[in-house]
Amino acid sequence: MTKERLSRRDFLMSAAKVVAAGVVAPAGGLAAAQAVFADGQSTSQETAVQQMWAGKEWGFVVDTQKCIGCARCVKACKLENKVPLDEEVFRTWVERYLVFNDDSGDEEVRTDSPNGGLDFKQLDVAPDKQFFVPKLCNQCHNPPCVQVCPVGATYRTGDGVVLVDRKRCIGCRYCIQSCPYGARFLHPVLKVADKCTWCYHRISHGMQPACVEVCPVGARKFGNQLDPNSQVAVLKKKARIRVLKPDMGTKPNVYYIDLDEVVE
Amino acid sequence: MGGFVFPNEIHVNWGLFIVLYPYITGLVAGAFIVSSLYHVFGVSDLKPVSRLSLVSALAFLFGAPVPLLLHLGQPLRAFNIMFTPHLTSAMAGFGYIYSFYMIICLLEAWFMFRKDLVIFSQTKKGFVRRFYSLLTLGAKDISPKALHTDHKVVSVLAVVGIPSACFLHGYVGFIFGSIKANPWWSTPLMPVIFLLSAIVSGIALLILVYTISCKVRKVEIDIPCLVAMNKYLWTFLIFATTLELLEVLHMGYEGKAEWDMVRGLITQGIPVTYLGVQMGFGVLTPLVLLPFGRAKSWSDGVKKTLTVASGVLVLIGVLAMRFNVVIGGQLISKSIAGYAQFHWTLLSDEGVIPALGILAFPVVMTLIMVRILPPWLEERKLQTVNSNVTPLSTRWELKGSGK
Repeated sequence: MTKERLSRRDFLMSAAKVVAAGVVAPAGGLAAAQAVFADGQSTSQETAVQQMWAGKEWGFVVDTQKCIGCARCVKACKLENKVPLDEEVFRTWVERYLVFNDDSGDEEVRTDSPNGGLDFKQLDVAPDKQFFVPKLCNQCHNPPCVQVCPVGATYRTGDGVVLVDRKRCIGCRYCIQSCPYGARFLHPVLKVADKCTWCYHRISHGMQPACVEVCPVGARKFGNQLDPNSQVAVLKKKARIRVLKPDMGTKPNVYYIDLDEVVE
Repeated sequence: MGGFVFPNEIHVNWGLFIVLYPYITGLVAGAFIVSSLYHVFGVSDLKPVSRLSLVSALAFLFGAPVPLLLHLGQPLRAFNIMFTPHLTSAMAGFGYIYSFYMIICLLEAWFMFRKDLVIFSQTKKGFVRRFYSLLTLGAKDISPKALHTDHKVVSVLAVVGIPSACFLHGYVGFIFGSIKANPWWSTPLMPVIFLLSAIVSGIALLILVYTISCKVRKVEIDIPCLVAMNKYLWTFLIFATTLELLEVLHMGYEGKAEWDMVRGLITQGIPVTYLGVQMGFGVLTPLVLLPFGRAKSWSDGVKKTLTVASGVLVLIGVLAMRFNVVIGGQLISKSIAGYAQFHWTLLSDEGVIPALGILAFPVVMTLIMVRILPPWLEERKLQTVNSNVTPLSTRWELKGSGK
């Protein structure tokens, strides 16, 4: 009898330990999370970031009349941002539109972007209208990807760029579903969401994004929308521009010059 | 099919695992609602499955997060969804809604089975005895007064459980319904459609679990119970299908820009799984068969066969519906100019075999759970005789108990 009682007590004790461990472990996790927050909120760091953002609202202009579809931007982006070259994932890509009109007046649009535009084939037909449209993240004012991220891993910076915190992203891919522009993908190696950052590491140091830098015809322009002398601000004011899918209410910050209505 | 898809859309991001997640949660919510039909709404014909339904709901609830966890790119960060939730995201609610519902289900099961646990802790031997003793949490009072309290608590929890179950599954519908970028998903009807199809699948699951358990245990099937489930299945199937068709009809009638894409999806992208499996096998056939399964003039054997066959068809149909929503939606390119391809794989990239494994998990859990918490009524009767306790109810007794 005594033996049985003792063993039951032992059993309950060990059970209690298991329960205690179950309670302490998540609590430890919370403490760690708080530590991370506390670190991120250190005032000097915050002030520095605020100063960096002050007076800036980055913007991007794409001139569809100028693009020749060379896709140097696609390659430069992949190299600059270490996006796997041989995988079908792209932070930026170039679309080719061929529009044919038959005698009855019907319009046929053929669109392609083989390997993001790196592998365009030569045409053996003569379309009535043809043009290229470079695409990239629109860094929306009202980004659905940020809205749906369950852990706040993706966020909009004070100077208007939507970024992904690779240390926080859980790889659920909800943001990829929510982006109306197909600008996001799961990084094949890191298994976290990835997207165009307008080369945030470059623009924060006064440089241009890699795609803008390499464009041989100046089809991509980048600058501060709040600076009235910047090329972006001037074009926004003077050129006939459109954004992609305005009805989505996302308020994009990539402005297209002379965008054809067939482009979504 | 074909056309132009954005280069990043070549991979379908949410695969078969994400098809299974709403399927399994739906079964949980549906099974729980069946249990509540008896405990809250007093549908006495459902007595024989009132405990079985809760045990099944609990077992499937354990299986619900498995496909989600395995789907994550960073599964080790899964708990961040609770530690650092981002409140504008519907998905951020998952951890809390799921946990709350789990607590409700566990509590209800504990109060419902407390008497059994106490009896087992007194009649079983060795480790099993200690296991049950632990499960009683030291509450060993099974006086009529205490049991009356248990009964009351179960009723309250069943009431609280209904909105929780609705919320658990309705919110899954919201996750899809709130994606404005996707014309096949974006509709405020989505949570309601998900909820109704969940109830449908839950009833169908119970028809199956109940008849199989009766076969295995060589117990006669309670026909009024089966007929009641038949009736509820039929009714909810009509509601669910009406809303599903309404959504498509409305989209087609309005004929907005995206309708061409949706029509193409239905007629060329997913015609087999949508028109054939979901609507043909999963809705039309059971809608016709079920009324015969409860016709008074037919023999019990025919009733059983028709009802069980309908149950199986509905279960397959609802799985197809989850597939058509989750995968179908991703086939429509956001370029609104083409369709992506879904590639079936066996093993890699959320293939069929691991998916079947995930689906088998809650089934195995159910087998384990009914061993730990036997929901059968004869066993209750036997145990109550042994322990000299006033039987809570001989009304639990089945009509033709084991031979």
